[in-house]
Amino acid sequence: MKKTSRVISAVMVSAMAVSMLAGCGNSGASGAASGAATSTDAAAASSAAGSADTAAAAASGKTFKIGAIGPLTGGAAAYGNAVCNAAVLAAKEINANGGMNGYQVEVKTEDDELDNQKSVNAYNTLKDWGMQMLVGPTTSACSIAVSEYTKDDNMFQITPSGSAVDCVKYDNVFRVCFSDPAQGTASADYIADHKLATKIGIIYDSSDVYSSGITQNFVTEAQAKGLTVVSQEAFTADNKTDFSVQLQKAKDGGADLVFLPIYYTEASLILQQANTMGYKPTFFGCDGLDGILSVDNFDTSLAEGVMLLTPFAADADDDLTKNFVAAYNKDYGGTPNQFAADSYDAMYAIKAAVEKANITPDMSVSDICEAMKTAMTQITVDGLTSKGMTWQASGEPNKQPKAVVIKNGAYVSAE
Amino acid sequence: MSFLTSLVNGLSLGSIYAIIALGYTMVYGIAKMLNFAHGDFIMVGGYIIFTCVSTAGLPPAAGILLAIVLCTLLGIGTEKVAYKPLRHAKSNLAVLITAIGVSYLLENLALLIFGADTKSFTNVVTWPGIALFGGQLRIQGVTIVTILVSLAILIVLQLFINHTKNGQAMLAVAQDQGAATLMGIDVNKTISLTFAIGSGLAAIAGALLCSAYPSLTPYTGAMPGIKAFVAAVLGGIGSIPGAMIGGLVLGIVEILSKTYISSQLSDAIVFGILVVVLLVKPTGLLGKVTQEKV
Amino acid sequence: MTDKILKAMTPKRKTAVNGKSPAMTYFVVLAAYAVLELCIKTGIMSSHLQGLLVPMVYYAIVAVGLNICVGILGELSLGHAGFMCIGAFGSAVFSLLTDGVLPDGLRFLLAFLVGVALATLFGFLIGIPVLRLNGDYLAIVTLAFGEIIKNLLNALYLGIDENGLHASLSNQMALGLSPDGKMLINGAMGVSGTPHDANFTISMVVLLIALFLAQNLVHSKHGRAIMAIRDNRIAAESIGINIVRYKMQAFTISAAIAGAAGVLFSHNISTLQASSQYFGYNVSIMILVYVVLGGIGNLRGSVIAASILYLLPELLRGLNKYRMLIYSIVLIVVMIFNWAPAAIAWRENLAAKFKAARKENV
Repeated sequence: MKKTSRVISAVMVSAMAVSMLAGCGNSGASGAASGAATSTDAAAASSAAGSADTAAAAASGKTFKIGAIGPLTGGAAAYGNAVCNAAVLAAKEINANGGMNGYQVEVKTEDDELDNQKSVNAYNTLKDWGMQMLVGPTTSACSIAVSEYTKDDNMFQITPSGSAVDCVKYDNVFRVCFSDPAQGTASADYIADHKLATKIGIIYDSSDVYSSGITQNFVTEAQAKGLTVVSQEAFTADNKTDFSVQLQKAKDGGADLVFLPIYYTEASLILQQANTMGYKPTFFGCDGLDGILSVDNFDTSLAEGVMLLTPFAADADDDLTKNFVAAYNKDYGGTPNQFAADSYDAMYAIKAAVEKANITPDMSVSDICEAMKTAMTQITVDGLTSKGMTWQASGEPNKQPKAVVIKNGAYVSAE
Repeated sequence: MSFLTSLVNGLSLGSIYAIIALGYTMVYGIAKMLNFAHGDFIMVGGYIIFTCVSTAGLPPAAGILLAIVLCTLLGIGTEKVAYKPLRHAKSNLAVLITAIGVSYLLENLALLIFGADTKSFTNVVTWPGIALFGGQLRIQGVTIVTILVSLAILIVLQLFINHTKNGQAMLAVAQDQGAATLMGIDVNKTISLTFAIGSGLAAIAGALLCSAYPSLTPYTGAMPGIKAFVAAVLGGIGSIPGAMIGGLVLGIVEILSKTYISSQLSDAIVFGILVVVLLVKPTGLLGKVTQEKV
Repeated sequence: MTDKILKAMTPKRKTAVNGKSPAMTYFVVLAAYAVLELCIKTGIMSSHLQGLLVPMVYYAIVAVGLNICVGILGELSLGHAGFMCIGAFGSAVFSLLTDGVLPDGLRFLLAFLVGVALATLFGFLIGIPVLRLNGDYLAIVTLAFGEIIKNLLNALYLGIDENGLHASLSNQMALGLSPDGKMLINGAMGVSGTPHDANFTISMVVLLIALFLAQNLVHSKHGRAIMAIRDNRIAAESIGINIVRYKMQAFTISAAIAGAAGVLFSHNISTLQASSQYFGYNVSIMILVYVVLGGIGNLRGSVIAASILYLLPELLRGLNKYRMLIYSIVLIVVMIFNWAPAAIAWRENLAAKFKAARKENV
């Protein structure tokens, strides 16, 4: 026993020594070694773009270094991968078309496993790499946690999909998606104004910040608009396979519309279970439902008539969306969801602001941030998630949610 | 009527827990280890069937059969490579931690191979089910099949253990490995057989779980796995009828507490029941009380 | 898993903690602190590594706490993340209530005491039913309590206004908070705006206190009684050791130390949620992995193993999506290498040959 523990200790101490050295070495020589070892994504992307200038620019250090953070492993990996993939994709396109303000862009992605602390760890890793601007983190809680640090470092942060109110608490943080209150209120208004229903059932994820945030605001607004919420039933991340009870309660309450402020993964299960129990209300969701038609092997006829307020629909027929969907499918397989679209727009918003304020990569992080803060409020971006997007100094985007309805397995504008 | 509906839903969920719990309890009873990776074998089974049916276009029956065969082989292989070297380790905790390592390994392999996106699973039970009381109570085909399959497994397992030579060998190994070896029982073979049966059951559970709740991700098996573990303990770990009863009780309690108390707190209630049962009967509902020898 | 096996594997009597003087443990911790602090001060430590220090230390602290339960008391707990959760939430709510009222240092000190006191209280209350059970049944009940704590906190809404505290288990609207009221715990959204009071030095001080408590317990009369119960409950009972009292004592101290780690957890990051990735059973198991790899009953081993295993996936970040895969393989291989009887025999054989070879050379 004694011997065993001694061996373990020896192994561990030596491992620790090695790791400390590695850690110190990384920061000490923060240039060549760590860069070469780690900047996999965008370096590969830019070499794929095949321009000789790229390599030269990268070698001279005159590139914008943009970090992206999201859960790449774990239960929420689908969202983080979408954000990180789309950011890399956008960088590749931007590089192929001459870069941002004439400079090439490098994107490095980091995993946060949907953990606030690990999100901060990811942020610090990116900082060591030399990140100048941050796209992310993907989820609200992580985004709030990281914003405490970007504020202190005065680093420009744009979260593609952190929708909680507090995500943009500080003036260096902007976001691409709608805030939770905006979605909840807009949904209730839409339902009331279009007289879709009077009795409403809600199924939401009480363990999820996004879902409970929307629900709170939806209920408040629904009451103000004279709608009756007949059932408000939750599920949790640990208990999201069986929805028979939540559906049964909505049915028993006579709800003719079920509001689903949740992500499409669970929504696809709810639709299937509602179908088997023979319950056919109108289902109404927010941007989280986008992506439901591209769930692998999902019977899209079940989603017939589902309405959602979303800024992005993968089968819209404008050129921008079509090109994006094709390019994403080519590189990563599958159809991009709204997380990918938000992230893609975030990259182009950065590009627009960088060019507006004539920012160059040799400026300090803090100077870039100060210039970006002003420039963000002056730009207009025609993105995937909205035409003519502008930003307020508070960090909120100005854009209108589009109501779409699923007809014949495709999203159709509900107007 | 809503009570009956809830009861049926509870039975359906409970019989899936029961099938998973059977695998847990057998492995525990015979190999004396908590196989935390058991839940992930469900996910592996699910992905094999998904690949066969939805990607390769094979009939569901072939997919299930292949899943059972592959999961069985994977179970035997895992036992040989990761668990067997630790069988006589000084602590049973060593093999518990290794099982956790295997669980991480399977989840992350699935993440690399199939990606993080949810797959929608095709129901392998095509029968729509029956409607009672003029359509007020609907029972899905998959619910009925699940309940029947779990009962059939229970009966077959009981017959196998009590009436075959291999089954008797399992009982002997469960009771005393050393004495079993002395009686000429091949302990290694018996434990391999146990893992084979447990993993095969996990594949069946995968088919039924994903049919009843048709979504598949690399983490599909984790939570049902832990709930089934709770069910196995509730029924008395090591006891086969106990696993069945524990699974059913857990499923029904979960659905009823969601219906009548709170959908947010149902997990707390389920675990609360476990605590209460164990305080009243410290070895579970059907667990054997072992006399402590001084 | 059964207590019999725990018994067999834990070192007996004198060797219970390292077999060496506890001073060595403090020395290792202090030396590590000095080296790391030097690295920070001279600026050669990357900010990634700096950010990892506090989490690394609080996981080391909770591993020390769990080791008291698993190694010294000999009972397997799979619910220590729950005690961490209580410490984290209790102290975070206290800090929110007193933010701006009390000076920073005093506020954190009181928040720390509140968090530890709450974890101690829950450790005591949960210990009463749990310690009546044995072996695996005890383990699963601690797992159940951990999940219950997490589930309840996840559904808890707590707010304060001029009429006092309001609490609800259903939703925010049910609180009936006046418009200028303040949400303290917002259900799944948890607590946000906790001041960033924890730092590496404070964490190291807490670690030293935890180690001191644990070492003192082991070398005291109480500790010997607890280990006697671990080694043979019936024999201990027959010589008049009060089983319930000593078991409760060890379990409660173990929970209190986990609560202290929770305080550091919540004061190191501004947002706090009671979700599975922070306080679920898998986190309890992760802490158990630290304890087992560091050596059951070996407090210094727990600290070292927790530090290494927390750092490992972070330092593997360069491997991108393969890192968790590699982490799992490393875990399996290390377990087999350290624990498999065949591997141990092989290592000893190798060591003997090495020794023999050296003798010949001399």
